[in-house]
Amino acid sequence: MTLDQLPLGTPARIASVDWTTLVAEEAQRLRALGLDEGARVSLAYRGVFMGRDPLAVEIGRMTIALRRVHARAMTVEPILETSAA
Amino acid sequence: MSRMPTVAALVGNPNAGKSALFNALTGARQKIANYPGVTVERKAGRLLLPTGEPVELVDLPGSYSLDAASPDEEVTRKVIMGEQEGQVRPDVIVLVLDSSNLEQHLVFAQEVIGLGRPTVVALNMVDLAERDGLVIDPAALESALGVPVIPTVAVRRRGLTELAAAIGEARDRSQEHDAVPRPHVTLPERRMLAHQMADAAIISETAKHRIHARMDKVLLHPWAGPPILFALLFVVFQAVFTWATPFADGLEAAVGVLGDLVRTYIPPSLARDLLTDGVIAGVGSVVVFLPQIVILFFFILTMEATGYMARAAFLMDRMMAGVGLSGRSFIPLLSSFACAIPGIMATRSIADPKDRLTTILIAPMMTCSARLPVYAVIIAAFIPNTKVGPGIGQQGLVLFALYVAGIVGAMVVALVLRSSVTKGAASGFIMELPKYQLPTIKDLAIGLWQRAWIFLRRAGTIIFMVTIALWLLLNFPRAEPGQDQINASVAGTLANGLSVVLEPIGFNRDMSLAIIPAMAAREVAVSSLATTYAVGASDDEDQTAVALGDQLKARWTLPMALSFLAWFVFAPQCLSTIAVARRETNGWKWPAFMLAYLFALAYLAAFATFWTATAMGLG
Repeated sequence: MTLDQLPLGTPARIASVDWTTLVAEEAQRLRALGLDEGARVSLAYRGVFMGRDPLAVEIGRMTIALRRVHARAMTVEPILETSAA
Repeated sequence: MSRMPTVAALVGNPNAGKSALFNALTGARQKIANYPGVTVERKAGRLLLPTGEPVELVDLPGSYSLDAASPDEEVTRKVIMGEQEGQVRPDVIVLVLDSSNLEQHLVFAQEVIGLGRPTVVALNMVDLAERDGLVIDPAALESALGVPVIPTVAVRRRGLTELAAAIGEARDRSQEHDAVPRPHVTLPERRMLAHQMADAAIISETAKHRIHARMDKVLLHPWAGPPILFALLFVVFQAVFTWATPFADGLEAAVGVLGDLVRTYIPPSLARDLLTDGVIAGVGSVVVFLPQIVILFFFILTMEATGYMARAAFLMDRMMAGVGLSGRSFIPLLSSFACAIPGIMATRSIADPKDRLTTILIAPMMTCSARLPVYAVIIAAFIPNTKVGPGIGQQGLVLFALYVAGIVGAMVVALVLRSSVTKGAASGFIMELPKYQLPTIKDLAIGLWQRAWIFLRRAGTIIFMVTIALWLLLNFPRAEPGQDQINASVAGTLANGLSVVLEPIGFNRDMSLAIIPAMAAREVAVSSLATTYAVGASDDEDQTAVALGDQLKARWTLPMALSFLAWFVFAPQCLSTIAVARRETNGWKWPAFMLAYLFALAYLAAFATFWTATAMGLG
């Protein structure tokens, strides 16, 4: 499953990123923001208009807006919440 | 060794609270300029060490990495490395970290500390972290990073003295031994270390009840968000018109009193006319718009300071994507409502060159504050001040329509440009949405003061000189008895020539006359009209000058006024904007293109407006 398909609010881990599909500068920016393999993310909002673009992604205590093209390059694995304290 | 004053630089991720810290440390004594060759703002101020020694503090653009991804970040990197022209290498680096976003900010922090330069960490916004349920141990962070860590709350002035002292100590230490660069650490390693450091420094983390998440639930809501944004923008434009009225009336009265005083105490002469008709009527007619400009900037600065501006960009992204731009362009374009110059400069944060060029080209179509005086005077004279609904006046509605006309025009042009001259791959949109924050009165006041000062300085220099030049051109050569002074003058002759071209769009001689000096700055159109009618009035009318609005009503028809408004929606009448566009695009090609297409649009719009209004019998 790619990040854009993740249901809202579901925590997930980025398993792999296909950097080749992204513009070099944008890839650099995403990495600088911490959106890289291993990062724990969740999807907070989707836009309302056609294509439900852009997306707001929560990573750590940050919220980052990005487009679906970026999210589609990121394969994610939902984290099964073991009923934590 | 006697040395230059110590220089310290504020460095940090975007949204780390650098600017608030900068304001708190330096107070209102700030100097804003540009770095040579680039249009990134250089903000410098003076900070006093506990010993009373002054330190020059420079506020650098926020960066995520020393591996620069935008022109802004490039400046930060160059200053830190001592490679930036016009800036000595800072003696001390003050790293600003957002306490509630430690893990992220520690990644860049390690990169900077790794340079081995004297560094002090300001652990900023500890109060907001506490609000989020985070308790942080500065000592643990200090031992992990190996540099002093000072907890600060810029807005409450907490930790500022300690930070100043630490800057002094870091400077003193650096004079004893040279910088020792630390071994290079890769990005994944830095990220892992950042995670460990943040974990070790966070003492407790209670269930996060984050206010901003709850606010985003409403403000970014797919259906509620956009209407809220548009309602807010509508309120802004209504407020610009209604809140400012009492202040503007007061200023206008003061200008009138000043003119009367001069007329009372100085005997009639040409020099007195220059003072009253030229300087006071001209500059005064522009200065009265200060309240409206301050109100507009109040909203823009508040939206930026609260963090809502980034949400607006998020909400607008899809719409901007529709014309080939991104939400990133929304911020420069919204700034352009205040002035196209900071707007065009703000395009520096747009990474994609074609995206950026398109934004620069359409920025002048956003209704800037210099157009406000022109709109305001014409609307006040020709549009009845009636209510069309609760809190909605007809005048405000027309103003709103003019803003919308500019926006729609800009969007259409963007769409055309993106599929022709600036054709290219669709651009992306990646942006951090900062936490919501209450803006502080002080930061707002400093920002407003800087904007107001820039406006008044323009009124005092460009507008002052253009007004005097126009007065001279209007008064010489002197008219023969019985002849109209304006027609006899140099300016009148020029305007009569120009009106051949402008007659089809309904412009009379005075309107043609007004748009010539308005090339220097749009608001000069108002002072030109004021000066023209003051000069024209001095012979046959009572000396107590009739208000400009009444003059216009007596001499223009409604279609003429509407045509004049339509002209100003598009006309590229601002030399400074053209100069900035030239600098930003490195040549005359694009500014020339901008001039040509905007004049063409202005002419077409005015033509269509004039004849439609005439056909509807509004004349």
